[in-house]
Amino acid sequence: MSSQPERLPRQPPPGTRGQPLPDDSAHAPPVAAGEPVGVLAPYELSVNGTVRRVVGAWVGESLLTVLRDRLGLVGTKGACEQGECGSCSVLLDGSVVCSCCVLAADAVGAEVTTIEGLTPPDGLSDIQQALVAAGGVQCGFCTPGFVVAIHDLLSTRPDATELEVREALSGNLCRCTGYGRIVEAVRIVQREREAVGG
Amino acid sequence: MSVTWPTRLDEAVDAAAAPAATLLAGGTDLAVEVNAGRRRPVAVVALRRVPELRDLEITPAEVVVGAGMTFSAIAAELAAAVPALAAAARTVGSPQIRNAGTVGGNIVTASPAGDTLPVLAALDASVELRSAAGTRTVPLRELITGVKRTAIRPGEVLVRIRVPPRRGAQQFLKVGTRNAMVISLASAALVVDEERRTVACGLGSVGPVPVRPAEAEAFIAGEIDWERLTVPEGAVARFADLAARAARPITDHRATAEYRHHAVAVLVGRALRRSIDVVPA
Ligand SMILES: Cc1cc2nc3c(=O)[nH]c(=O)nc-3n(C[C@@H](O)[C@@H](O)[C@H](O)COP(=O)(O)OP(=O)(O)OC[C@H]3O[C@@H](n4cnc5c(N)ncnc54)[C@H](O)[C@@H]3O)c2cc1C
Ligand code: FES
Ligand code: FES
Repeated sequence: MSSQPERLPRQPPPGTRGQPLPDDSAHAPPVAAGEPVGVLAPYELSVNGTVRRVVGAWVGESLLTVLRDRLGLVGTKGACEQGECGSCSVLLDGSVVCSCCVLAADAVGAEVTTIEGLTPPDGLSDIQQALVAAGGVQCGFCTPGFVVAIHDLLSTRPDATELEVREALSGNLCRCTGYGRIVEAVRIVQREREAVGG
Repeated sequence: MSVTWPTRLDEAVDAAAAPAATLLAGGTDLAVEVNAGRRRPVAVVALRRVPELRDLEITPAEVVVGAGMTFSAIAAELAAAVPALAAAARTVGSPQIRNAGTVGGNIVTASPAGDTLPVLAALDASVELRSAAGTRTVPLRELITGVKRTAIRPGEVLVRIRVPPRRGAQQFLKVGTRNAMVISLASAALVVDEERRTVACGLGSVGPVPVRPAEAEAFIAGEIDWERLTVPEGAVARFADLAARAARPITDHRATAEYRHHAVAVLVGRALRRSIDVVPA
């Protein structure tokens, strides 16, 4: 298995002496042993309406890593880090994406909304409340990602059919509930909002 | 170590000329590679803010699709003009992936399972590449040279995809292990052109590059009654069989070559039945 590329640490520890690492481009300046691993100049992200400064990140750091490990916003979960599970879902300029697939530095100038930004300061949103009521939360690991995806769905298609709901949530995996109760939670929110709206 | 955020195409092309530049569109391939430690970019050129890359132009002469259009945008905006491409875009990954991933990234990655590739092959699409040295237009079939290999040169930015007009039914069908979030084990695109009286077929995931089954295409074009737009029942199975023979599937951890071979024949037959009325022989 010599063709298997060497697994690299997810982020070089900033300010420490790094190992020489293979670079993306053959033309990239070589990193000599013992040389400090390069980091990006500090940059700013707008997260949940607040400007946050990101210091010491390297260029390949995902938005998921920056949100959790640098900005302390640990509501967004990470599992697969390959776009498959949706536990890292956030809104980027209003549309739902996997934060593990976004390079954090590419979110500069965009508005990032995380589960913290969708949670009222004094309790739960109607979506969160409905997930609790319907039994759509068991271990809860997938829940923040589902809340973000459901928020995105219902703000663009408030009267989505069950098929549309299932398709809209197809990027979010849940290992506990079997999805029925999550779909039921969406229906509860739709009914409640309809009752309020009309 | 750097990131640049060009907001104009010429700036992007300048930035792409730096020897260590790594172009970034939606990140759904690149970020996954970086997370897994398989790539380590040093100078990222983020293309998302370049409006020219998201332009869409629909005219009778041609449809021009910006390389930076996301799958979500393509599914929404091309459903009428290029239905097979819109259908393929709609099957990619999940809403999260479709909101970020772009057709340009799909082409440059050149995965045998890239769902836009068999469609663009069937459409005789070509791509426009721009670098500091100038602009060149390359047919897709020359661009994709192997598994994850393209003829794109260092410093070239894929700007747009040119799709010639086709008048008639279009299909894209794929098989995977489940309905959502699935990599194609086999896929087929079918593009009927009533004007030129041709049927073009593109097969995905059954060879290193998208397959165009020339013999099958010529056979079925001769079987169709182009005045009535019907085809005799007996021709469907033959068409599917000829198409599958052109496939060069491999066995891997996802499926066996035999299964892919069978699946692609089923897809091609189904795509034809959905496009042209089948009448008793
Ligand atoms: C969970 C998941 C599910 C998926 N499911 C499917 C699926 O069902 N079908 C499918 O076909 N694909 C699927 N994919 C892959 C698909 O999302 C990618 O192939 C996508 O199209 C890549 O586009 P991007 O904008 O994200 O590219 P990026 O990841 O940003 O870039 C990919 C490559 O293209 C280069 N590049 C990007 N834009 C340009 C440009 N304009 N000019 C020159 N080079 C450029 C980059 O340098 C990089 O090498 C899936 C991916 C994930 C993570
Ligand atoms: S951690 Fe991002 S999709 Fe799984
Ligand atoms: S509640 Fe446990 S993964 Fe969904």
